[in-house]
Amino acid sequence: MPVKRERTPMPVQDGERRVGNFGEVALGYLDGDVRAEAVRCLQCKTPYCEEGCPVGVPIKEFIKHLQQDDVRGAIGAIKRTNSLPAVCGRVCPQEDQCEKVCIMGKRFQPVAIGRLERFAADWERAQGFPQAAAPPPNGKKVAVVGGGPAGLTAAGQLAGKGYAVTVFEALHEPGGVLSYGIPEFRLPKTIVRWEIQQLKNLGVEIRTNVVVGKSPTLDELKAGYDAVFLGTGAGLPVFMGIPGENLIGVYSANEFLTRINLMGAASFPEVDTPVRIGTRVAVVGAGNTAMDAVRTARRVGAKEAHIVYRRSEAEMTARAEEYEHAKEEGVRFMFLTNPVRFLGDDTGRLRAVECQRMALGEPDHSGRRRPVPIAGSEFELPVDSVIMALGTSPNPLLLKGTKGLSATVRGGIRTDETGATSLPGIWAGGDAVSGAATVILAMGAGKKAAAAIDRLLSGEES
Amino acid sequence: MTKLFLVSAPVVAEKAEPGQFVMLRLRAQGERIPLTIADFDREAGTVTILVQEIGLTSRLLGALEEGDEILDLVGPLGLPAELPTAGHVVCVGGGFGVAPILPKAKLLHRRGVAVTSIIGARTADLVIFDRELEAVSNRLLVATNDGSRGRRGIVTDCLRDLLEAGEQIDEVVAIGPMVMMRAVAEATRPYGIKTLVSMNPIMVDGTGMCGACRMTVGGEVKFACVDGPIFDGHQVDFEEAIRRSQAYRAEEELATKHEEAKQCR
Ligand SMILES: Cc1cc2nc3c(=O)[nH]c(=O)nc-3n(C[C@H](O)[C@H](O)[C@H](O)COP(=O)(O)OP(=O)(O)OC[C@H]3O[C@@H](n4cnc5c(N)ncnc54)[C@H](O)[C@@H]3O)c2cc1C
Ligand code: FES
Repeated sequence: MPVKRERTPMPVQDGERRVGNFGEVALGYLDGDVRAEAVRCLQCKTPYCEEGCPVGVPIKEFIKHLQQDDVRGAIGAIKRTNSLPAVCGRVCPQEDQCEKVCIMGKRFQPVAIGRLERFAADWERAQGFPQAAAPPPNGKKVAVVGGGPAGLTAAGQLAGKGYAVTVFEALHEPGGVLSYGIPEFRLPKTIVRWEIQQLKNLGVEIRTNVVVGKSPTLDELKAGYDAVFLGTGAGLPVFMGIPGENLIGVYSANEFLTRINLMGAASFPEVDTPVRIGTRVAVVGAGNTAMDAVRTARRVGAKEAHIVYRRSEAEMTARAEEYEHAKEEGVRFMFLTNPVRFLGDDTGRLRAVECQRMALGEPDHSGRRRPVPIAGSEFELPVDSVIMALGTSPNPLLLKGTKGLSATVRGGIRTDETGATSLPGIWAGGDAVSGAATVILAMGAGKKAAAAIDRLLSGEES
Repeated sequence: MTKLFLVSAPVVAEKAEPGQFVMLRLRAQGERIPLTIADFDREAGTVTILVQEIGLTSRLLGALEEGDEILDLVGPLGLPAELPTAGHVVCVGGGFGVAPILPKAKLLHRRGVAVTSIIGARTADLVIFDRELEAVSNRLLVATNDGSRGRRGIVTDCLRDLLEAGEQIDEVVAIGPMVMMRAVAEATRPYGIKTLVSMNPIMVDGTGMCGACRMTVGGEVKFACVDGPIFDGHQVDFEEAIRRSQAYRAEEELATKHEEAKQCR
């Protein structure tokens, strides 16, 4: 059989229709699609793809199972190293990881590893297998601070080894960015809740509405547990510091997305939390958060939705699929454009954003060409609201409130390569350490720290 | 109507300090709203919150009965008030600010600071916490709009009387509606008397994650939920803060009407 050069497309909801709903956009492979795609895998002797995966999913093995129609074997293999495959299959930047180094991709298109992973995970959930029950307790207690991917992964790993794990989450719902940031149309909340239920089945206790550092303090928490893992994320929104940023109608992406995802504002007044963005929206930035914000804006009434980005298409950090989907949904992209100030009416509401055109100059420290303003290129873009998606930095709350916990220059929690912080018995990982990164890297950090905690507490190390 | 609730919340009570607040949510489709911790009792594990039934959530809260549960409550949030340890402090409470001024007056009194408390209400019958405040103040001044008790006028009138009389005042602490706090800050500004105000902007998470609560203080952007809620009143851009606090006025009315319609059905 000749090799199929092109990857098997994934069925998607039609672009026109989907901006009228919050249903999932990418619909997932059907059985036939899976077989067609799985056989594209060459089963390389040296599977480079696995080196490209931050948690080392046995990709070759799981695809082999799929080639043989053994989905159960496939999901079993994936779950040995990745506890949230239904999430990762949907949100990982595969094109920068496993699929980037896929041999097929050298000459043709890479194998759609993420889509296959998603299929296996969705299949398992649909089967409703009795999940792993809690193992016998080993008598040791671990506290996890933060219920995002880093914390949940650490919790799952440790609970699987018999530790009594309690997760403390500041918000009223666990999940971190998976719950408040990534929208329903990209990651249905039923999946996030299902994954959290699996952890509860493993015996993990989740205590919401607790801000560690306020009450209890980290020191007090530590006193009651054998070890603590900090997965507090990078939740602090960054603003530009330009005039007019506090006008009504200027939102951080976190505020806008939290109102919609966590609080359900798209159904206002059936739910009590409102959101108002009007019909003309500009989103500043071009990462995943910006794509989520702009696509969400389209779904809550924005007729005109712009991405305003100071660099060019090539420097965008969003997943390729999100960029494609945004274009299909009628989002307009203004590259090499930077806001310089926001203009309001006399009631303090935003009415326009003044932008400046940019040109690409010399490469900066990130290796990307630095955008430089073009003098005299200013113009006004009339908008009802602007959503700032310029990134986030680690929340300083815990670092400020805890003596002896060292920080990195960029405001993250400082750790060694195992995730150990400057305080004995306290580990950290995920965005709280690295600054805003990815779900899979946060999971990897949670897993690594869990292993180190286990080595220490089980007496393998002293 | 204004109502007081004694809430059993040991985790919050354990660490609460005057000036801090809680976020709460009452039902699955509910919003998260901030409420000042008006008082706390570490031994009993309780905090007192005060709610003025204006918006939808505050009305729903007001409708709760003794023994009911609050779905979600988190705190204490924000930074504790940094209050002086000596001298003469004037505590001004207007509207819902009367209750949260009490723990501050109490703390100051315990420290041996001379306290003048000023509270106001529309009419004599509506004056609350006067006895509790009297017990921890060297002097209590009351203002009523109709003059039925104390001075006719508003709390700032009482404060202005003191300032104009040249009284020695080291610091002023004001809690209440933003317009009242602005008026207090304007009254003390010419005298250069340090004035602390407790800001109550729109909040979503209350943990520094969204920036909904941001305001300009001394030319810098601050998040009231983590950098405040107490700021130097002479530094706060009140005009901006007042506007921002009204951003969802229309939606608040719509939500309340929608709820009423639902209950009539
Ligand atoms: C809109 C958006 C879209 C994204 N899209 C993608 C994507 O497509 N693919 C991808 O790989 N990555 C994506 N990311 C990035 C990814 O979500 C994060 O890198 C990842 O969630 C980090 O996980 P974490 O567990 O470290 O932190 P978080 O997910 O941020 O979780 C931290 C949790 O800790 C809680 N917390 C914080 N402080 C305290 C405290 N003191 N006490 C108790 N709890 C506390 C927070 O409330 C939060 O729930 C996106 C991010 C955003 C914002
Ligand atoms: S309320 Fe969200 S940052 Fe303050």
